[in-house]
Amino acid sequence: MAIFSVYVVNKAGGLIYQLDHYAPRADTEKTFSFPLDLVLRPHDERVVVAFGQRDGIRVGHAVLAINGAEVNGRLTADGKDVLEFLSNPANYPVSIRFGRHRLSSNEKLMLASMFHSLFAIGSQLSPEVGSSGIEMLETDTFKLHCFQTLTGTVSAAWLGGGAVTELGLPHASVVVAPGIKFMVLADPRQAGIDALLRKIYEIYSDYALKNPFYSLEMPIRCELFDQNLKLALEVAEKAGPFGPGS
Amino acid sequence: SRELLVLTYGALVAQLCKDYEKDEDVNTCLDRMGYGIGVRLIDDFLARSAVKKCHSYSETADVIAQVAFKMYLGVTPSVSCSSAAGNEFSLILDKNPLVDFVEELPAERASLCYCNLLCGVIRGALEMVHLAAEVTFLQDRLKGDAVTEIGITFLRKAEDRKHKRN
Repeated sequence: MAIFSVYVVNKAGGLIYQLDHYAPRADTEKTFSFPLDLVLRPHDERVVVAFGQRDGIRVGHAVLAINGAEVNGRLTADGKDVLEFLSNPANYPVSIRFGRHRLSSNEKLMLASMFHSLFAIGSQLSPEVGSSGIEMLETDTFKLHCFQTLTGTVSAAWLGGGAVTELGLPHASVVVAPGIKFMVLADPRQAGIDALLRKIYEIYSDYALKNPFYSLEMPIRCELFDQNLKLALEVAEKAGPFGPGS
Repeated sequence: SRELLVLTYGALVAQLCKDYEKDEDVNTCLDRMGYGIGVRLIDDFLARSAVKKCHSYSETADVIAQVAFKMYLGVTPSVSCSSAAGNEFSLILDKNPLVDFVEELPAERASLCYCNLLCGVIRGALEMVHLAAEVTFLQDRLKGDAVTEIGITFLRKAEDRKHKRN
Protein backbone atom coordinates (compact mmCIF):
# COMPACT_ATOMS: atom_id res chain seq x y z
CA MET A 1 0.00 0.00 0.00
CA ALA A 2 1.53 3.28 -1.00
CA ILE A 3 -0.41 5.64 1.23
CA PHE A 4 0.09 4.90 4.88
CA SER A 5 -2.04 7.31 6.83
CA VAL A 6 -4.03 10.53 6.85
CA TYR A 7 -4.15 12.98 9.73
CA VAL A 8 -6.34 16.07 10.03
CA VAL A 9 -5.32 18.67 12.60
CA ASN A 10 -7.57 21.54 13.60
CA LYS A 11 -6.62 25.16 14.11
CA ALA A 12 -5.67 24.70 17.74
CA GLY A 13 -3.35 21.79 17.00
CA GLY A 14 -5.62 18.96 18.10
CA LEU A 15 -6.03 15.84 16.02
CA ILE A 16 -9.59 15.63 14.68
CA TYR A 17 -9.28 12.74 12.28
CA GLN A 18 -6.90 9.88 11.69
CA LEU A 19 -6.94 6.99 9.25
CA ASP A 20 -4.41 4.18 8.91
CA HIS A 21 -4.42 2.72 5.46
CA TYR A 22 -1.54 0.28 5.41
CA ALA A 23 -1.86 -3.47 5.38
CA PRO A 24 -1.16 -4.86 8.82
CA ARG A 25 2.48 -5.83 9.08
CA ALA A 26 3.10 -9.47 9.68
CA ASP A 27 3.77 -10.33 13.29
CA THR A 28 6.26 -13.07 13.93
CA GLU A 29 5.69 -15.66 16.56
CA LYS A 30 8.49 -18.04 17.52
CA THR A 31 9.29 -20.49 20.24
CA PHE A 32 12.50 -19.93 22.11
CA SER A 33 14.54 -21.93 24.54
CA PHE A 34 16.83 -20.57 27.21
CA PRO A 35 19.00 -18.59 26.79
CA LEU A 36 17.29 -16.05 24.55
CA ASP A 37 19.61 -14.96 21.76
CA LEU A 38 17.80 -11.70 21.19
CA VAL A 39 18.82 -8.71 23.23
CA LEU A 40 15.75 -7.04 24.66
CA ARG A 41 15.57 -3.70 26.40
CA PRO A 42 12.81 -1.51 27.77
CA HIS A 43 11.85 1.47 25.66
CA ASP A 44 9.08 3.87 26.72
CA GLU A 45 6.35 1.59 27.87
CA ARG A 46 7.37 -1.44 25.85
CA VAL A 47 10.05 -4.07 25.59
CA VAL A 48 11.81 -3.91 22.23
CA VAL A 49 14.45 -5.86 20.41
CA ALA A 50 17.79 -4.05 20.59
CA PHE A 51 20.02 -6.56 18.82
CA GLY A 52 19.99 -10.07 17.41
CA GLN A 53 17.86 -9.62 14.32
CA ARG A 54 16.79 -12.94 12.76
CA ASP A 55 13.99 -14.65 10.93
CA GLY A 56 11.76 -11.67 10.43
CA ILE A 57 12.24 -10.30 13.92
CA ARG A 58 13.79 -6.91 13.35
CA VAL A 59 15.44 -4.43 15.65
CA GLY A 60 12.76 -2.16 17.00
CA HIS A 61 10.03 -4.78 17.07
CA ALA A 62 8.20 -4.88 20.33
CA VAL A 63 7.14 -7.88 22.36
CA LEU A 64 3.43 -8.20 21.61
CA ALA A 65 2.48 -11.45 23.29
CA ILE A 66 4.01 -14.20 25.40
CA ASN A 67 2.60 -17.72 25.11
CA GLY A 68 -0.41 -16.35 23.35
CA ALA A 69 -1.33 -13.86 26.04
CA GLU A 70 -0.92 -10.21 25.03
CA VAL A 71 1.55 -8.24 27.08
CA ASN A 72 0.48 -5.08 28.77
CA GLY A 73 3.30 -2.64 28.20
CA ARG A 74 6.20 -4.02 30.16
CA LEU A 75 4.16 -6.49 32.18
CA THR A 76 2.87 -9.85 31.06
CA ALA A 77 -0.82 -10.65 31.19
CA ASP A 78 -0.32 -11.97 34.74
CA GLY A 79 1.32 -8.75 35.86
CA LYS A 80 4.89 -9.97 35.97
CA ASP A 81 7.69 -7.93 34.45
CA VAL A 82 8.51 -9.22 30.96
CA LEU A 83 12.27 -9.02 31.24
CA GLU A 84 12.26 -10.80 34.57
CA PHE A 85 10.01 -13.48 33.17
CA LEU A 86 12.30 -14.06 30.23
CA SER A 87 15.47 -14.22 32.32
CA ASN A 88 14.08 -17.07 34.38
CA PRO A 89 15.07 -20.42 32.77
CA ALA A 90 12.13 -22.12 34.46
CA ASN A 91 9.70 -20.40 32.13
CA TYR A 92 11.21 -21.81 28.95
CA PRO A 93 10.42 -22.96 26.30
CA VAL A 94 8.36 -19.85 25.66
CA SER A 95 6.61 -18.60 22.56
CA ILE A 96 6.95 -14.89 21.95
CA ARG A 97 5.22 -12.79 19.33
CA PHE A 98 7.13 -9.82 17.97
CA GLY A 99 5.86 -7.10 15.74
CA ARG A 100 5.90 -3.46 14.96
CA HIS A 101 4.16 -1.57 17.70
CA ARG A 102 1.18 0.40 16.50
CA LEU A 103 0.75 3.91 17.85
CA SER A 104 -1.96 4.32 20.43
CA SER A 105 -4.51 7.11 19.97
CA ASN A 106 -2.93 9.14 22.75
CA GLU A 107 0.42 8.91 21.07
CA LYS A 108 -1.11 10.01 17.79
CA LEU A 109 -2.75 13.00 19.46
CA MET A 110 0.54 14.00 21.00
CA LEU A 111 2.50 13.61 17.80
CA ALA A 112 -0.05 15.62 15.84
CA SER A 113 0.16 18.50 18.31
CA MET A 114 3.92 18.38 18.16
CA PHE A 115 3.84 18.58 14.41
CA HIS A 116 1.47 21.52 14.64
CA SER A 117 4.01 23.37 16.79
CA LEU A 118 6.86 22.49 14.46
CA PHE A 119 4.80 23.74 11.57
CA ALA A 120 4.25 27.05 13.33
CA ILE A 121 7.98 27.36 14.01
CA GLY A 122 8.68 26.57 10.38
CA SER A 123 6.39 29.36 9.19
CA GLN A 124 7.95 31.85 11.55
CA LEU A 125 11.51 30.97 10.59
CA SER A 126 10.77 31.72 6.98
CA PRO A 127 12.70 34.70 5.63
CA GLU A 128 9.69 35.66 3.51
CA VAL A 129 6.41 36.80 5.00
CA GLY A 130 3.45 34.56 4.37
CA SER A 131 5.27 31.30 3.95
CA SER A 132 3.22 28.20 3.35
CA GLY A 133 4.92 26.38 6.21
CA ILE A 134 6.23 22.83 6.12
CA GLU A 135 4.95 21.19 2.93
CA MET A 136 6.91 17.99 2.98
CA LEU A 137 9.01 15.96 5.35
CA GLU A 138 11.09 13.31 3.65
CA THR A 139 12.68 10.24 5.19
CA ASP A 140 14.00 7.07 3.62
CA THR A 141 10.87 5.08 4.36
CA PHE A 142 8.09 7.59 3.90
CA LYS A 143 7.21 11.13 2.92
CA LEU A 144 4.91 13.29 4.99
CA HIS A 145 2.96 15.83 2.95
CA CYS A 146 1.15 18.67 4.67
CA PHE A 147 -1.40 21.12 3.36
CA GLN A 148 -2.72 23.99 5.44
CA THR A 149 -5.92 25.77 4.53
CA LEU A 150 -6.63 29.46 5.01
CA THR A 151 -3.00 30.39 5.32
CA GLY A 152 -2.95 32.57 8.36
CA THR A 153 -2.96 36.29 7.88
CA VAL A 154 -0.81 38.29 10.22
CA SER A 155 -2.83 40.55 12.44
CA ALA A 156 -0.96 43.08 14.52
CA ALA A 157 -2.36 44.07 17.88
CA TRP A 158 -1.10 47.40 19.07
CA LEU A 159 -0.43 47.65 22.76
CA GLY A 160 -2.07 50.69 24.26
CA GLY A 161 -0.58 53.36 26.44
CA GLY A 162 1.52 55.00 23.80
CA ALA A 163 4.56 52.89 24.65
CA VAL A 164 7.14 53.19 21.92
CA THR A 165 10.34 51.45 21.04
CA GLU A 166 13.53 53.31 20.24
CA LEU A 167 12.48 53.53 16.63
CA GLY A 168 9.43 55.52 17.58
CA LEU A 169 6.95 52.81 16.57
CA PRO A 170 4.31 51.54 18.96
CA HIS A 171 4.87 48.07 20.36
CA ALA A 172 3.12 45.40 18.38
CA SER A 173 2.47 41.75 18.99
CA VAL A 174 2.11 39.68 15.88
CA VAL A 175 -0.35 36.83 15.79
CA VAL A 176 -0.46 34.26 13.03
CA ALA A 177 -3.72 32.37 13.01
CA PRO A 178 -3.38 29.06 11.16
CA GLY A 179 -5.98 26.98 9.39
CA ILE A 180 -6.78 23.27 9.29
CA LYS A 181 -3.92 20.95 8.30
CA PHE A 182 -4.24 17.82 6.23
CA MET A 183 -1.29 15.45 6.47
CA VAL A 184 -0.69 12.41 4.33
CA LEU A 185 2.06 9.89 5.00
CA ALA A 186 2.93 8.02 1.83
CA ASP A 187 5.55 5.94 0.13
CA PRO A 188 8.40 8.15 -1.13
CA ARG A 189 7.76 7.03 -4.68
CA GLN A 190 4.06 7.83 -4.64
CA ALA A 191 3.21 10.77 -6.87
CA GLY A 192 0.16 12.99 -7.01
CA ILE A 193 -0.06 13.65 -3.29
CA ASP A 194 -0.64 17.38 -3.87
CA ALA A 195 -3.73 16.64 -5.87
CA LEU A 196 -4.78 14.13 -3.21
CA LEU A 197 -4.47 16.77 -0.49
CA ARG A 198 -6.67 19.14 -2.49
CA LYS A 199 -9.15 16.33 -2.98
CA ILE A 200 -9.19 15.61 0.75
CA TYR A 201 -9.90 19.31 1.32
CA GLU A 202 -12.85 19.07 -1.04
CA ILE A 203 -14.13 15.92 0.65
CA TYR A 204 -13.80 17.63 4.02
CA SER A 205 -15.70 20.69 2.85
CA ASP A 206 -18.40 18.45 1.35
CA TYR A 207 -19.02 15.76 3.91
CA ALA A 208 -17.81 17.26 7.15
CA LEU A 209 -18.60 20.96 6.81
CA LYS A 210 -21.92 20.56 5.08
CA ASN A 211 -23.09 18.10 7.68
CA PRO A 212 -25.28 20.32 9.88
CA PHE A 213 -24.59 18.21 12.93
CA TYR A 214 -20.84 18.50 12.71
CA SER A 215 -19.36 21.27 14.87
CA LEU A 216 -16.27 22.96 13.59
CA GLU A 217 -12.92 21.97 15.13
CA MET A 218 -14.41 18.83 16.69
CA PRO A 219 -13.36 15.24 15.88
CA ILE A 220 -14.82 14.21 12.56
CA ARG A 221 -17.26 11.33 12.96
CA CYS A 222 -18.99 11.33 9.60
CA GLU A 223 -19.47 8.02 7.79
CA LEU A 224 -19.63 9.67 4.40
CA PHE A 225 -16.34 11.42 5.03
CA ASP A 226 -14.68 8.08 5.89
CA GLN A 227 -16.05 6.33 2.84
CA ASN A 228 -15.18 9.05 0.39
CA LEU A 229 -11.74 9.49 1.85
CA LYS A 230 -10.98 5.79 1.45
CA LEU A 231 -12.19 5.94 -2.14
CA ALA A 232 -9.96 8.92 -2.84
CA LEU A 233 -6.97 7.12 -1.33
CA GLU A 234 -7.59 4.09 -3.49
CA VAL A 235 -7.87 6.21 -6.61
CA ALA A 236 -4.63 8.00 -5.77
CA GLU A 237 -2.82 4.72 -5.18
CA LYS A 238 -3.93 3.26 -8.47
CA ALA A 239 -2.94 6.38 -10.34
CA GLY A 240 0.53 6.52 -8.78
CA PRO A 241 3.60 5.28 -10.65
CA PHE A 242 3.59 2.08 -8.61
CA GLY A 243 0.59 -0.14 -8.40
CA PRO A 244 -0.90 -1.23 -5.09
CA GLY A 245 0.86 -3.89 -3.13
CA SER A 246 4.39 -2.56 -3.54
CA SER B 1 -32.62 23.39 -8.89
CA ARG B 2 -32.11 27.08 -8.34
CA GLU B 3 -35.88 27.48 -8.11
CA LEU B 4 -35.95 25.14 -5.16
CA LEU B 5 -33.32 27.26 -3.43
CA VAL B 6 -35.28 30.45 -4.10
CA LEU B 7 -38.52 28.91 -2.90
CA THR B 8 -36.86 27.50 0.20
CA TYR B 9 -35.36 30.88 1.00
CA GLY B 10 -38.72 32.53 0.57
CA ALA B 11 -40.37 30.02 2.87
CA LEU B 12 -37.61 30.60 5.43
CA VAL B 13 -38.12 34.35 5.44
CA ALA B 14 -41.88 33.97 5.61
CA GLN B 15 -41.62 31.65 8.59
CA LEU B 16 -39.25 34.02 10.35
CA CYS B 17 -41.71 36.84 9.78
CA LYS B 18 -44.38 34.75 11.47
CA ASP B 19 -42.08 33.93 14.36
CA TYR B 20 -40.78 37.42 15.06
CA GLU B 21 -42.75 40.63 15.38
CA LYS B 22 -40.00 43.12 14.70
CA ASP B 23 -38.09 43.48 11.45
CA GLU B 24 -34.79 43.93 13.27
CA ASP B 25 -35.20 40.53 14.89
CA VAL B 26 -35.81 38.87 11.54
CA ASN B 27 -32.82 40.66 10.08
CA THR B 28 -30.60 39.61 12.97
CA CYS B 29 -31.77 36.04 12.68
CA LEU B 30 -31.08 35.94 8.96
CA ASP B 31 -27.66 37.45 9.53
CA ARG B 32 -26.82 34.86 12.16
CA MET B 33 -27.92 32.00 9.93
CA GLY B 34 -25.91 33.45 7.11
CA TYR B 35 -22.89 33.66 9.38
CA GLY B 36 -23.17 29.96 10.20
CA ILE B 37 -23.37 29.16 6.51
CA GLY B 38 -20.47 31.48 5.67
CA VAL B 39 -17.98 29.92 8.07
CA ARG B 40 -18.53 26.54 6.39
CA LEU B 41 -18.97 27.75 2.84
CA ILE B 42 -15.57 29.43 2.79
CA ASP B 43 -13.74 26.09 2.90
CA ASP B 44 -15.90 24.73 0.12
CA PHE B 45 -15.20 27.87 -1.91
CA LEU B 46 -11.45 27.69 -1.33
CA ALA B 47 -11.36 23.97 -2.09
CA ARG B 48 -13.17 24.32 -5.38
CA SER B 49 -11.92 27.58 -6.73
CA ALA B 50 -8.23 27.34 -5.78
CA VAL B 51 -7.89 31.12 -5.57
CA LYS B 52 -4.65 32.26 -4.09
CA LYS B 53 -4.45 34.35 -0.97
CA CYS B 54 -5.66 37.90 -1.55
CA HIS B 55 -3.25 40.64 -0.64
CA SER B 56 -5.50 43.65 -0.66
CA TYR B 57 -9.06 44.54 0.12
CA SER B 58 -9.89 45.40 -3.45
CA GLU B 59 -8.59 42.00 -4.56
CA THR B 60 -10.77 40.35 -1.94
CA ALA B 61 -13.84 42.27 -3.03
CA ASP B 62 -13.15 41.35 -6.65
CA VAL B 63 -12.81 37.68 -5.82
CA ILE B 64 -16.06 37.71 -3.85
CA ALA B 65 -17.92 39.34 -6.70
CA GLN B 66 -16.46 37.57 -9.67
CA VAL B 67 -15.75 34.09 -8.38
CA ALA B 68 -17.87 33.42 -5.34
CA PHE B 69 -21.12 35.00 -6.42
CA LYS B 70 -20.76 33.41 -9.81
CA MET B 71 -20.11 30.01 -8.32
CA TYR B 72 -22.98 29.99 -5.89
CA LEU B 73 -25.64 32.29 -7.28
CA GLY B 74 -24.72 32.50 -10.92
CA VAL B 75 -24.59 36.29 -11.01
CA THR B 76 -21.62 38.63 -11.14
CA PRO B 77 -22.08 41.88 -9.28
CA SER B 78 -19.90 44.83 -10.17
CA VAL B 79 -17.49 46.17 -7.59
CA SER B 80 -16.85 49.76 -6.74
CA CYS B 81 -14.68 51.23 -4.06
CA SER B 82 -16.44 53.89 -2.12
CA SER B 83 -13.95 55.26 0.34
CA ALA B 84 -10.62 56.99 0.15
CA ALA B 85 -9.13 54.73 2.77
CA GLY B 86 -9.68 51.75 0.51
CA ASN B 87 -11.60 49.67 2.97
CA GLU B 88 -15.18 50.20 1.87
CA PHE B 89 -16.55 48.47 -1.17
CA SER B 90 -19.94 48.01 -2.75
CA LEU B 91 -21.18 45.10 -4.76
CA ILE B 92 -23.91 46.17 -7.12
CA LEU B 93 -26.28 43.43 -8.19
CA ASP B 94 -28.56 44.05 -11.17
CA LYS B 95 -30.06 40.66 -10.86
CA ASN B 96 -30.63 38.97 -7.54
CA PRO B 97 -31.87 35.42 -8.00
CA LEU B 98 -33.15 35.17 -4.44
CA VAL B 99 -35.87 37.73 -5.09
CA ASP B 100 -37.05 36.25 -8.38
CA PHE B 101 -40.51 35.62 -7.09
CA VAL B 102 -40.86 38.62 -4.78
CA GLU B 103 -42.41 41.79 -6.08
CA GLU B 104 -42.17 44.05 -3.12
CA LEU B 105 -42.12 43.90 0.62
CA PRO B 106 -45.46 43.95 2.44
CA ALA B 107 -46.32 47.28 4.04
CA GLU B 108 -45.81 46.14 7.62
CA ARG B 109 -42.34 44.80 6.84
CA ALA B 110 -40.88 47.93 5.38
CA SER B 111 -37.47 47.64 6.98
CA LEU B 112 -36.95 43.95 6.37
CA CYS B 113 -33.70 43.12 4.63
CA TYR B 114 -34.89 40.21 2.59
CA CYS B 115 -31.47 39.00 1.55
CA ASN B 116 -29.77 39.59 4.86
CA LEU B 117 -28.65 35.99 4.77
CA LEU B 118 -26.18 36.97 2.05
CA CYS B 119 -24.68 39.61 4.30
CA GLY B 120 -24.19 37.06 7.03
CA VAL B 121 -22.60 34.62 4.62
CA ILE B 122 -20.08 37.19 3.41
CA ARG B 123 -19.32 38.28 6.95
CA GLY B 124 -18.80 34.72 8.16
CA ALA B 125 -16.64 33.76 5.22
CA LEU B 126 -14.43 36.83 5.57
CA GLU B 127 -14.03 36.24 9.26
CA MET B 128 -12.67 32.75 8.62
CA VAL B 129 -9.94 34.21 6.47
CA HIS B 130 -9.20 36.64 9.28
CA LEU B 131 -10.66 39.74 7.65
CA ALA B 132 -13.17 41.33 9.98
CA ALA B 133 -15.84 43.18 8.05
CA GLU B 134 -19.25 44.71 8.36
CA VAL B 135 -21.63 43.84 5.58
CA THR B 136 -24.94 45.61 5.09
CA PHE B 137 -27.44 46.42 2.43
CA LEU B 138 -26.98 49.93 1.16
CA GLN B 139 -29.71 49.82 -1.44
CA ASP B 140 -32.40 47.26 -1.97
CA ARG B 141 -34.55 46.91 -5.07
CA LEU B 142 -37.36 45.52 -2.95
CA LYS B 143 -37.51 48.79 -1.09
CA GLY B 144 -37.78 50.84 -4.22
CA ASP B 145 -34.15 51.56 -5.03
CA ALA B 146 -32.85 51.12 -8.51
CA VAL B 147 -30.38 48.35 -7.80
CA THR B 148 -29.41 46.11 -4.93
CA GLU B 149 -26.18 47.21 -3.35
CA ILE B 150 -24.27 45.36 -0.66
CA GLY B 151 -21.66 47.37 1.23
CA ILE B 152 -18.59 45.69 2.72
CA THR B 153 -16.53 47.66 5.21
CA PHE B 154 -13.30 46.02 6.23
CA LEU B 155 -12.74 46.81 9.85
CA ARG B 156 -9.13 46.32 10.69
CA LYS B 157 -6.20 46.29 8.35
CA ALA B 158 -2.98 44.60 9.40
CA GLU B 159 0.43 46.22 9.37
CA ASP B 160 -0.39 49.36 7.46
CA ARG B 161 -2.33 51.59 9.74
CA LYS B 162 -0.29 53.24 12.41
CA HIS B 163 -3.04 54.53 14.65
CA LYS B 164 -2.66 54.31 18.37
CA ARG B 165 -5.28 52.43 20.29
CA ASN B 166 -7.10 54.79 22.69
